[in-house]
Amino acid sequence: MILKKKELNRELKNFTINFGPQHPAAHGVLRLILELDGEIVKRADPHIGLLHRGTEKLIEYKTYLQALPYFDRLDYVSMMAQEHTYSLAVERLGNIKVPYRAQVIRVIFAEITRILNHLLAVGCHAMDVGAMTPFLWAFEEREKLMEFYERVSGARMHAAYIRPGGVSSDIPLGFLDDVYLFISQFNLRLDEIEEMLTGNRIWKERLIDIGVVSAKRAVEWGFSGVMLRGSGIAWDLRKHQPYEIYQDIDFSVPVGSSGDCYDRYLIRVEEMRQSLKIINDAMNMIKPGPVKTDDYKISPPSRTEMKNSMEAVIHHFKYFTEGFVLPHGETYTATEAPKGEFGVYLVSNNTEKPYRCKIKAPGFGHLQALDDMSKGHMIADVVTIIGTQDIVFGEIDR
Amino acid sequence: MPSKNLTSIESLVPIISYSLVNNEQTLNINHKNLLFVLNCLKKHINCQYNLLTCISGVDLLQNQYRFSVVYELLSLTFNSRLRVKIFVNEVTSVDSIVPLFCNANWWEREVWDLFGIYFQNHPDLRRILTDYGFEGYPMRKDFPLSGYVEVRYDQTKKRIVVEPVELAQEFRAFSYETPW
Repeated sequence: MILKKKELNRELKNFTINFGPQHPAAHGVLRLILELDGEIVKRADPHIGLLHRGTEKLIEYKTYLQALPYFDRLDYVSMMAQEHTYSLAVERLGNIKVPYRAQVIRVIFAEITRILNHLLAVGCHAMDVGAMTPFLWAFEEREKLMEFYERVSGARMHAAYIRPGGVSSDIPLGFLDDVYLFISQFNLRLDEIEEMLTGNRIWKERLIDIGVVSAKRAVEWGFSGVMLRGSGIAWDLRKHQPYEIYQDIDFSVPVGSSGDCYDRYLIRVEEMRQSLKIINDAMNMIKPGPVKTDDYKISPPSRTEMKNSMEAVIHHFKYFTEGFVLPHGETYTATEAPKGEFGVYLVSNNTEKPYRCKIKAPGFGHLQALDDMSKGHMIADVVTIIGTQDIVFGEIDR
Repeated sequence: MPSKNLTSIESLVPIISYSLVNNEQTLNINHKNLLFVLNCLKKHINCQYNLLTCISGVDLLQNQYRFSVVYELLSLTFNSRLRVKIFVNEVTSVDSIVPLFCNANWWEREVWDLFGIYFQNHPDLRRILTDYGFEGYPMRKDFPLSGYVEVRYDQTKKRIVVEPVELAQEFRAFSYETPW
């Protein structure tokens, strides 16, 4: 039987695969329904919520202080950045002033957290794409940074260190010396990672022109942070809507030009270098003084004071049982978290518990653009795009 | 931070009230005017609120209009934030703003999932954060913290079973109104 060519109308059905939720490159529990034409992605439908813990609901049943540790557990690689946002929101509602020393300590830790996050982002991204070594180097450095966390708060990750009204305790003696030792050697570690990746032919072939987002699309998708800057929009909340002491610190904001994954990788590396500079400047600006507000409705009194004053004991007891009351009000406070703009929409109603606490996670906004970014790419590039978006499910699923 | 040009927009779009508290601008509008107002705010040369940061729902329970839907807008040009609020009850549906801001898609899905506020003309209004086959709207104030059902793996049936929630200890709602 001879078939004419036009009768040989081959009907090819698109192939649908299920990527995740237990896939090492899915960065946690992402379930992707991928519609494939051969190896080309036609449609990507992310199913999220597999790590939903009801954080926002739980916070409504906790006092303002008890709600704080939930923020460590959202994006569990940039813990203090989120405590920081929440504390700022509470301070704005309660009109609380933070002492200068506490502000400097907060900035130092916000930047340590940024390095902590970007090391994981770059390291895991490299591992997803196929380079194992930078991941191991990055984790060596993260270990040192988590020791800094441990020294001030006792916890390596879920620190609950930055609290409304200041920080929970002063930094230990000799701490800044060790931070200085760290930042003086970390540039070399970054050089090593860059030597392995930046000029690497395989790395460049896997990243350049993958997941390109134009500046217009980036705004339409509501991107923030590195995802927005990668597309060439110079927008950094530390510069444009400064909080704490960022307006007094001189640092530069790296901006990409082509909006592809390679640009975003370069920005992350440069941001780590800028963070080192910020930490260095902040350490020079630090002055002795109190680390939390002296309003004992907002922060607990010191132990020595409690030994001598009945008033202080009462304050301590009331603070940790009843908590403090914030007047009626609402605020949307956002900071430049390592992943982008992390915002807290907090509604208070003159009680000791938040009436509503909405958490605006940067990853949530980025992940919904995955379909748009991966359309027309190979299936292996989806992994690259997930890596460059720096997805962490703790914050997306909340 | 607040843009000085907003006074001009007040004469352009129908609003209920405008407030400036703590340097944060809030615009209360009628939910019927939502698309028109947001379109104006997005495209007007003096506003350019072209980046939608997030959409959140709030359950106000005792109010006549039970829910408020809050849109956080950001203008990169003027470095200004604006909060647009609408108030709806359980039965009114809100116009989807996906044609204006494509990233509203997931945020509206989230509000639908957690509060049960219906967005009409939404392209893909599925649940997003809760489990497949979940019932109820967990962020409503009348939804209990522990939920209604719990899920576990049944060894004998070799599958996941859903059962009514059973607490070993009564849920203790601490109220410090009268400690002693």
